Amino acid sequence: MSDDVKAGVAAAKAALAGVPAEPGAPKQDAILTATGVRRAFGGLVAVDVAHIEVQRGAITALIGPNGAGKTTFFNLLTGFDRPSRGSWEFDGRRADRMRSYQVARSGMVRTFQLTKALSRMTVLENMLIGADRQRGERLWAAPFRWLWLKEEAQNAARALDLLERFKLADKRDHYAGELSGGQRKLLEMARALMLKPKMIMLDEPMAGVNPALKQSLLEHIKDLREEGMTVLFVEHDMDMVHEIADWVAVMAAGQLITEGTPDQISADQRVIDAYLGAHHDAAQH
Amino acid sequence: MDWQFVFSQALTQAIGPTMLVYALGAIGLNLQFGYTGLLNFGQAAFAAMGAYGLALSVVAMGLPFWWGIVIGLLAACVMALLLGIPTLRLRADYLAIVTIAAAEIVRRIARATVWSDTTGGSDGMRGFSEPFFEMIPWDRDTTWSFLFVSMDNGRLAVDFGIFELQYSYRDTWVMIVGWTLVAVILVVMAFLIHSPWGRVLKGIREDEEAVRSLGKNVFAYKMQALVLGGIIGAIAGFVFALSRANVQPDAFTTDFTFYFYVVLILGGAARIFGPVLGAALFWFLYNILAQGLIQAISADVIPPSVIDSTQVGPLVFFLLGLGMVLLLIFRPQGLIGNRKELMFDVR
Repeated sequence: MSDDVKAGVAAAKAALAGVPAEPGAPKQDAILTATGVRRAFGGLVAVDVAHIEVQRGAITALIGPNGAGKTTFFNLLTGFDRPSRGSWEFDGRRADRMRSYQVARSGMVRTFQLTKALSRMTVLENMLIGADRQRGERLWAAPFRWLWLKEEAQNAARALDLLERFKLADKRDHYAGELSGGQRKLLEMARALMLKPKMIMLDEPMAGVNPALKQSLLEHIKDLREEGMTVLFVEHDMDMVHEIADWVAVMAAGQLITEGTPDQISADQRVIDAYLGAHHDAAQH
Repeated sequence: MDWQFVFSQALTQAIGPTMLVYALGAIGLNLQFGYTGLLNFGQAAFAAMGAYGLALSVVAMGLPFWWGIVIGLLAACVMALLLGIPTLRLRADYLAIVTIAAAEIVRRIARATVWSDTTGGSDGMRGFSEPFFEMIPWDRDTTWSFLFVSMDNGRLAVDFGIFELQYSYRDTWVMIVGWTLVAVILVVMAFLIHSPWGRVLKGIREDEEAVRSLGKNVFAYKMQALVLGGIIGAIAGFVFALSRANVQPDAFTTDFTFYFYVVLILGGAARIFGPVLGAALFWFLYNILAQGLIQAISADVIPPSVIDSTQVGPLVFFLLGLGMVLLLIFRPQGLIGNRKELMFDVR
């Protein structure tokens, strides 16, 4: 297991080794490339990212002070919001015209800052709904059980494996609404994995999670990289960013102000200014 | 005062033709509201589509009965599409507003004087139900008896000793057809709901953004639920129109929709048998209160200075409203709903 961990980290580190620490830096093998993405709400420009590339197989953190436009950018990339202009490619396919469900089907699956567990459904049902392209989800096939029973059993087996891994297997028949906040985060992540994504987008995975669960959540995110998945996450917690991110992109006032390894970012004066400025502002509110 | 008569009457109604209309309308609503979370406040209009689709086809266009049924079902589909396309991408409340408005538009058009030569205006239409009643496989003079069930000159009677259910020749036929429809629809519903398709609907009810993030075309699923529920609403409209042998625009007011909601909540939303139990209980309570009060007044148990028989109607609805409030306080899940599910805050 420890060898595997090293393999994933080493690959990500190697891929990012020669990349210059500047905004919009080109990557060796970018899974996501976005150019000129702009989103304005009336006169307010929430996002205006000139260019960004996300390295395949690496964990990239998207950080920035409150109101920097991180979540809006996330929503745009995943099809939950429409840009004023801009285009991006995901895994070689143009993705800016896709609807949110098409984005998910193409392999880019997101989670939410406020977890969206399906409360009045069981944990196992939450998992099963995540499986992609189910025959039994078509209206014409739904009443004929024999058409989808086998597929359902396979999905259930996979769901139970994932629940086992996320330590939720004993909760499988509980309503998702009964889970604690941290368990819901785990469930949401496990559910996203049911789609077998190439890239997973985590919007503040640590928000509202108690410290005891944080470490296990971190390990789960690291495991995703070992399985060859690309992770992009929004986070405020710099300790967490330091611990797991291979690469960090910093946003402030809607723009990408810099990129780099966690160490480079911690030393960057622009980042410190952006954060401290924001923190002073926040303290006044 | 004849309690036996009051009870027999109420029980007769509790599984009779009108109850079947409420049950069918609420079954459609259960798919839309109970399972998918769609706030359709225009179920009366879907019933009107069925009723008027049938009546207009047969009376105004002179088409055969079965064509009328097909046209009624198609009309409900078209209406679901028209209402759904602009609103289902928006938040849930938009559908609520649009459906409540559409239902009123449909009713106003049906009672418009401009087309009253065709639609009969506020008088409505009749003369479309004969082919339906000609299908009755027994004659008007049929007489037989088997255990406690008997037929006397085409009329059905079920005698339980202390009380007796009686149905007219035509009502018996409406009930046979109606209960068959309920049974078939419930079986199909049960299969649909306990499938991955049904799971997606429930997911949409819980949180549609989450379901969207899992790669499901939420709009398409909502549309399917709206159309299917609307079709079941149209079937309720057929039974309604045929059981009364007429259609009248003012039967399809928003009250009609709200009775469907009352029935659904009373029985238990998101339960297969909820609407049927709810409809039976609702219509039983309505009749036992109405008949009981009328009997009590005519037998002088309640003196006319307190209440007279013309005031019974409003009082019954007042009592039912009160009962509904108490139900929501003490048993919000309805007769067979799942209390546990109500404990979670969905948002």
